[in-house]
Amino acid sequence: MDPLWVIFLKAFVMSVLLLGGFAYLTWYQRRLLGRFQHRLGPNRTGPFGLLQPIADAIKMIFKQDVTPTRADKFVFILAPGISVVFALVTFGAIPAGPANSFFGLDPWILDLDIGLLYVLATTSIGVYGIFLGGWAANSKYSLLGSLRSSAQIISYELGLGLSVLSVIMIAGTLNLREIVELNVWSVSPWLWPGLIVALFAFWISATAEVSNVPFDLPEAEQELVAGYITEYSSLKFALFFMAEYVGMINASAIIATLFLGGYKGPAFFDLLIPGMSEWPFIWLILKIVLLLGVFIWLQASLMRMRYDQLMRFGWVWLFEIALGAALLTGAVIAFVL
Amino acid sequence: MSDLPHGAQVLHEERSGDFSTKLMRINVGPVHPATHGVLRLVVDLDGETVMGVAPRIGYLHTGFEKTMENRTWQQVVTYTNRMDYAHALGHDLAYVLAAEKLLDARVPERAQRIRVLLTELNRIASHLLGLGTGLLDMGALTPFFYTMRERDKILDILEMVSGVRMNYGYFRVGGLSRDLPEGFEEKVQAFIDEFPARLEEYLAMFADNPIWVNRVRGAGVVTRDTALEVGLTGPSARASGVNYDVRKAAPYSGYEDYDFEVPMAEEGDAEQRFAVRAREMEQSLRIVQQALVRLEPGPIKDPDRRISLPERHELETSMEAVIFHFKLVTEGFHPPMGEVYVPTESARGELGYYLVSDGGSMPYRVKVRTPSLVNVQAIEPASIGGTFADMVVNIATMDPVMGDVDK
Repeated sequence: MDPLWVIFLKAFVMSVLLLGGFAYLTWYQRRLLGRFQHRLGPNRTGPFGLLQPIADAIKMIFKQDVTPTRADKFVFILAPGISVVFALVTFGAIPAGPANSFFGLDPWILDLDIGLLYVLATTSIGVYGIFLGGWAANSKYSLLGSLRSSAQIISYELGLGLSVLSVIMIAGTLNLREIVELNVWSVSPWLWPGLIVALFAFWISATAEVSNVPFDLPEAEQELVAGYITEYSSLKFALFFMAEYVGMINASAIIATLFLGGYKGPAFFDLLIPGMSEWPFIWLILKIVLLLGVFIWLQASLMRMRYDQLMRFGWVWLFEIALGAALLTGAVIAFVL
Repeated sequence: MSDLPHGAQVLHEERSGDFSTKLMRINVGPVHPATHGVLRLVVDLDGETVMGVAPRIGYLHTGFEKTMENRTWQQVVTYTNRMDYAHALGHDLAYVLAAEKLLDARVPERAQRIRVLLTELNRIASHLLGLGTGLLDMGALTPFFYTMRERDKILDILEMVSGVRMNYGYFRVGGLSRDLPEGFEEKVQAFIDEFPARLEEYLAMFADNPIWVNRVRGAGVVTRDTALEVGLTGPSARASGVNYDVRKAAPYSGYEDYDFEVPMAEEGDAEQRFAVRAREMEQSLRIVQQALVRLEPGPIKDPDRRISLPERHELETSMEAVIFHFKLVTEGFHPPMGEVYVPTESARGELGYYLVSDGGSMPYRVKVRTPSLVNVQAIEPASIGGTFADMVVNIATMDPVMGDVDK
């Protein structure tokens, strides 16, 4: 256990890194989408457009901040805060390397025994920001956007919660570091079918959780203008934006940690440089970047589902698939192993 | 909410059951990402279900019809293509056909072929735009950029011919403003060779996608009766089983000589409205191919001195030419007294100019029957009972151009 001031320092550094990650995720997304869409993407500001996020941030800060007259001002200001704080807090429980691997420090902030529950809880609380923001703006478009997101929460939460059951059953712990150390895939090949289905279900649920295409209903531009952020401008708008992108990073990190070996690299790299697969940060960041690429790939290739279809999909399909994966894994553990 | 249509009233009562619920009235547009311009819709929502849609138009009113009364017959062409900017040549063609009928002008064969060729190319461009923006309305970002790429190739061809990428003004009463440039045939042929594979690719991108099928199949149904009732024409009507294409029903500009089919569907849902447009592009390409093969050198304007400007070189040798030139430029020609209406098939449906001449050098009255204005009416019957997201798809598949609606 590190001293308290080290934990605070690490939390500060993590927040700064995540905000930087958010800024460069917008750049990554725009460049990659540009490639998918037969165009270049931003390439004028700095080399390869690398200064574009900074230019965007400066522009965003200097925009006029408008609060609608009839908005509930307290909640209106609180909502983006809730979204962004819980997006940042989520990452705290995710381990980025083995113990003492970073100059004698642990590359994580919280080593929680209920790490997985913590992560699920904080990601869900973030949705309150969206809901309250849409409600407080006192605009019909915002309200419709919020209603859609609350419908979306109850539709995907089930799938999300059930699909991690397989991992919990195999690992026998909720501690994310221990889950990574155990490596759920190495336990038995008999467990692979259940895990693959669970990964599939979790991935889809996570896509819905971060409101990525095809589940970007709360902010369906063509219908709801900008959904719950219609009335937000300037920094408050930027905060929602930030929460959404940090949410994408979080979702990628959780998928990587639970299913893809987390901070550990492939073992054959140890043949090149001994201990390479144990290096902190690198492997997790690499996996996050790859998974974010998949999210952006989805954005480029799919279209939006309809609200009622999402509900049906969440309740009828995702729920059943996740439950099936949990049952399959449970049955294998009970009868085969 | 007693101003709801009867069907929606019943639906609302059924859905409410024992609860008394209120509808949410929401204003969509005139500045809204889904309205393809400045269409404004007053929508009554029950949750996400649309109970009433009332289109409000007039935000792009330009007074073109009135302006045309103060321009000579030839100058009117400047205004026609500014109405439906997505299928501008369709408007130009409709106007010059009506004016020529009034004048009883004889348009040379070559001019007619070129008109058909360019109008059909422009129709493909218009459908590509409709397809791309329609998919954009459903949250698919990428197809828009792809369809715009193909559309740009057509715009390049049209720019080569007329000098501009929009508002071409290339057709003249009695013929064309100038002959085709060098290298035109090769460029069109290159497009014809490339396009079918591209179209196939675009359709493959979404036509088999289950999300797409779920969104559009059975959504926004316009029955044949409703289509006839509101006067729906064009691809949207043909998707509802109304077999009416002016190019077949009342051929003009020699369309009777071309071999093409009219794509039809019975379902009348959004999927078929997209599909009919996609298949119509293939047919338009066939017409372009046939017109390109039949292009033969020849005159491009009516030789009648009272309609067409004399050639530039004649002005140096012929006094008579100078006199006709002067008369045409200063006051234009004088069609005989009378009135005329010529229907044509624009990318959106039946488009016709009703022209009244009092024998003067300017139209006495111009009334344009624009398809978009009529088609906008079909948004209401198509959308009631569906979801808000379906309504957006319905707007996109009716493909209105607001310049065409408000005139």
